[in-house]
Amino acid sequence: MSSREAILAAVKKSQPELLPLPQQDYVSTVPGDVQRFSDTLESIGGKSYLLNQEEGVLEVIAKLFPDAKRVVSVDTSITVHYLHEYESIVHHSLQDVDVAIIKAQFGVAENGAVWVTEEELKIRVMPFICEHLVAIVDAKEIVPNMHEAYNRIGLAEYGFGVFIAGPSKTADIEQSLVLGAHGPKSMTVLIR
Amino acid sequence: MKVGLFIPCYVNQFYPQVGIATLELLEKLGCEVNYPVGQTCCGQPMANSGYESLTKDCNELFTKNFAGYTHIVCPSGSCVLHIKDHLHSQKNEPAAASIRHTIYELTEFLTDVLKVEKLNAKFPYKVGMHQSCHGERGLHLSQMTELVAAPFSKPEKLLRMVEGIELIALDRKDECCGFGGTFSVFEEAVSAKMGKDRVQDHVEHGAQYITAADMSCLMHMEGILKRQKSKVQVKHIAEILNAG
Amino acid sequence: MNHNGTKDHAELAEKFNRDEERVNWHDRTLWWIRQKRDKAAWSLGDEWEPLREEASRIKSHTLSNLSEYLQEFEKNAQANGMTVHWAADAKEHNQIVHSILSKQNIQQIVKSKSMLTEECHLNDYLKEEGIDVIDTDLGERIVQLAEETPSHIVLPCIHWKKEEIGELFHRHLGSPEGVIDPSFLTNTARVHLREKFLTRRIAITGVNFAIAETGEFVVCTNEGNADMGAHLADVHIACMGIEKLIPKRKNLGVFLRLLARSATGQPITTYSSHFKKPRKGQQLHIVLVDNGRSTQLGREDFRNSLKCIRCGACFNTCPVYRRSGGHSYHNAIAGPIGSILAPNLDMRQYKDLPFASTLCGSCSNVCPVKINIHEQLYQWRQVLTEEGYQPKSKYMAMKAMATTLSKPTFFNIAGKAGRWAMKLVPGVVSNQYNPWYKEREMPEPPNESFTEWYQKNRKKKNEQ
Repeated sequence: MSSREAILAAVKKSQPELLPLPQQDYVSTVPGDVQRFSDTLESIGGKSYLLNQEEGVLEVIAKLFPDAKRVVSVDTSITVHYLHEYESIVHHSLQDVDVAIIKAQFGVAENGAVWVTEEELKIRVMPFICEHLVAIVDAKEIVPNMHEAYNRIGLAEYGFGVFIAGPSKTADIEQSLVLGAHGPKSMTVLIR
Repeated sequence: MKVGLFIPCYVNQFYPQVGIATLELLEKLGCEVNYPVGQTCCGQPMANSGYESLTKDCNELFTKNFAGYTHIVCPSGSCVLHIKDHLHSQKNEPAAASIRHTIYELTEFLTDVLKVEKLNAKFPYKVGMHQSCHGERGLHLSQMTELVAAPFSKPEKLLRMVEGIELIALDRKDECCGFGGTFSVFEEAVSAKMGKDRVQDHVEHGAQYITAADMSCLMHMEGILKRQKSKVQVKHIAEILNAG
Repeated sequence: MNHNGTKDHAELAEKFNRDEERVNWHDRTLWWIRQKRDKAAWSLGDEWEPLREEASRIKSHTLSNLSEYLQEFEKNAQANGMTVHWAADAKEHNQIVHSILSKQNIQQIVKSKSMLTEECHLNDYLKEEGIDVIDTDLGERIVQLAEETPSHIVLPCIHWKKEEIGELFHRHLGSPEGVIDPSFLTNTARVHLREKFLTRRIAITGVNFAIAETGEFVVCTNEGNADMGAHLADVHIACMGIEKLIPKRKNLGVFLRLLARSATGQPITTYSSHFKKPRKGQQLHIVLVDNGRSTQLGREDFRNSLKCIRCGACFNTCPVYRRSGGHSYHNAIAGPIGSILAPNLDMRQYKDLPFASTLCGSCSNVCPVKINIHEQLYQWRQVLTEEGYQPKSKYMAMKAMATTLSKPTFFNIAGKAGRWAMKLVPGVVSNQYNPWYKEREMPEPPNESFTEWYQKNRKKKNEQ
C-alpha cells in the first residue's frame, strides 16, 4: 500500500462522525470606509495618499520618490514607467527596482491590506523585490472586512493572489519593529 | 439555609482559622452549618499528578460525607472545581452527580445563592486581590482577561462591602501564582519564580495584605513573603469578610 | 531526567532560571505581545468570541471529513498543475524533499519558516546529504547561525538579546563589532539573504492553510521571505501537515482575521500569499505529511489539538513558558500546544511536558480555535500514568497519599503527627531535600486542626 492509501485509510478510520460546517457564513458588522482603511494602513507602517482630481499618478510618484532611478509598472496607464519587456524579462533583474507601481483590485478597511493577483502583477516577485511599493486602488473599491473581501474574490481563477498590508517588516530582534526585512521598505497606497 | 461545610485537607491541617472564619461568616449570614467530621480531601493532589485512578476511595468517602446536602460550601475554588469536574461514585452515582451541582465556592455561594449585598465587616488595610486560576477560569468567579467580555468579580464585589478596605490595582490581574499542586515541587524553579513575580506585583502597588479565594495560592505566596522577610501578609477572603 | 539521559523540562527550566534578570526580560517581552494580542482582539469587539467559535467549528467539521477533503484538495491541486506527494512520517517527508532536489541536481536551497520541517528535522537530514539549507526568516536565520533551534514557533529567536545577535552577525556576516542597532542588523541580514534569494533555484516554504475547494494554499509572512524564495526559484516545494486543510476559500476570512491578531496583535500579516498554480516554467510540489496526525485524530480526548493554526498565542500567555524558555520543552513545538502534541509522537521522550503547567487555563482562553489545551494537559497526565510512563516512586507516594486521604482516622492522626513533628523538629521538612523549602518557607503548623477545633467548639454545642 502506498503512503497515500495508508494515510487516507488511517485518517478515515480515526476521523469522528461527520460534524456540520456552520450553516451560515459569518457576518461581520465592523464598518469600513476609506478613512478607516487609511488609518489602519498608517498604523501598520504603510502610507496612504488620496489622489485629487488634478493630480496624476506620475506627478505623485515624482513628488514622493524624487531620487528613484528605476521605477517600473506593468499597468499600461503608467506610461513612462511601463515595463514593455515584462514577458521576457528575467525576474531576478528587477532587484535594483526602486519603485514598483501596481494596480490593486480592492482594499480591506479592517486591516489595511490590498488584494492583487497575478493578472495585475504579471511578475509575481514584483511587489516583493522592489525597494518601495506603490499600489493604486479606487476609493469605491474599499471593502470593510475580510469576509467581504472573500465574498468579492469568490471562486475567481488566478495563479497567484496576495493580500499585501504595508511594507515588509520584522520584529525578530528584541521585538524592535524594522521596516524592510526582505521586501519593500515602504508601501504607499494611492487612493483615487 | 442548611449548609454542608467542606474544608480542604491542607486548610484543615494548616489553616484552621480559615475554616473557622468560613463557618462563622456563614452562621452570621443565617446559615445552619454542618461539618461532616469524617471528611478529608477532594482527591485533586493525586488526580492532577496523573493519578485520577487512585482517587476512587477518596471519591466514595466524599460522596458518603456530603450526600443529601442541598448546598455544600467550600472556601477553595480549586477543590470545588475538582469535585465539579471529576467526582464520581461507583456505590452512589446519583449522589455524586447531585454533589457536583450543589457544591459552591464560598464567594460564589455568598454572591449567587445568599445574594449578599451588605456585610458587617471592617478591614482598614490596603489589600491586593489574587484571582486564583481555578476559581476564575474554572468557576468563573471573575472575568478572564483573555476574553473579550465585560469584567466582573464576585470576590471583589464582596470585598468592596468591607469597611475601610482599600483594594489596590495590579499590573497583571489574573496571572497564575505558580503553585499548581505538585507542580510546586516537581517544577520548583519556575513555580518559585512565578510566585516571586506575583508577590512583587502586589508589593509594588502597596498591598499590606494579599487575599484570595484559594488558600493554596496564598500558602505558596506566604512561603515566598516569609522567605523575603516581607511585612506583607496573606489572608484568606473569608477572614477579611468575617473581620471586625 | 529523560530515559535517554537528556534533561527534562524541570531541569532545563531550572537552568534557564539561574539568570533571573534574563527570565524577567523574557517574561516581559512575551507579556507585551500578549497585551498586543488583547488589544487586537478587543478592536473587533463583540465579534472576537463568535469568530473563535466559528473557527473552531470549521476545524471540527474539517477534521470529521478530513479523508474526503484531502482527496478533494489533491484532485484540485493536481488540476492546478501542482505535484502532490504523501509522506507517512518525518523520514518519508525528508526523503521526498531530498529526491526532488536530487532530480534537479541541486545542493543549495532557501527555506522560509515551516514548523513542519522543524518537526521532521529536515535541516539535519539535508545537511547529512550534503545540502546547504539557508533559513530566510530573520529569526530562524539567527538561530541557524548559532546552531540552535527556534524557541518559539512565531518568534524563533525571542530568547536572543540584540547584543548577542550583534556579536553573532559580526562573526558570521561581517557586521562591525559592537553594532547592536536592530535596523542595522536587519539590513545586514537583508543584504546577506538577498544574495541567496537571487542565486538559489529551489525554495521550500511551509503552509498556513490549504483549501480543498480550490486546491490552493496560503502562506503568511511579515518579512516577505516565503515569496522572495518561491517567486525567484525554479522549483517551489511546500510542506504541510494534513491538518492544515480547510474546506472553502471563504473560510480564510475567518482564519486570517484571527491568525495575526492572536500571534502578534497585527490586524493581518504583511503578506497572505495564495499559491494556486505554478508560475510559468516553474515546478510546484506539495508534500502532505501525516507524521502521527492520523493517530492523534483517533484519540478522542486529544483530537482537537489538530485544530491548531500555529499562532503561538498560548506560548505568550503561558506563565510557565515565559519563565522557562522554549528550549526547556526539548521539542520543535514548545509551549502549551507543544506539550499536548509531543506526547502523541513519543510518550517516553515527552512524558514530562504535560506536567510543565499549573493548569491555569489561560492558554485555552487565548486559543483562536478554542482548543481545550489545559484540559488535554490534564488528560495526558492520566494517559501517561496508565501507559506506565511515570516513575514507580511517584506511584508509591501517590498511593500512600490516596490511602491516607481515603481514611479519616489515618488522615487525622497523620495530620496531627505531621504538625507536631514540624513544630518540634522544623528540620524534618525545612531542609535542602525539600524542593518547597528552597525558595519558600513552610506554613506555620497550628496547634489544632479545624476538625479538632470544630469538635471542641461546635459539635458539642450541636449535641447539647
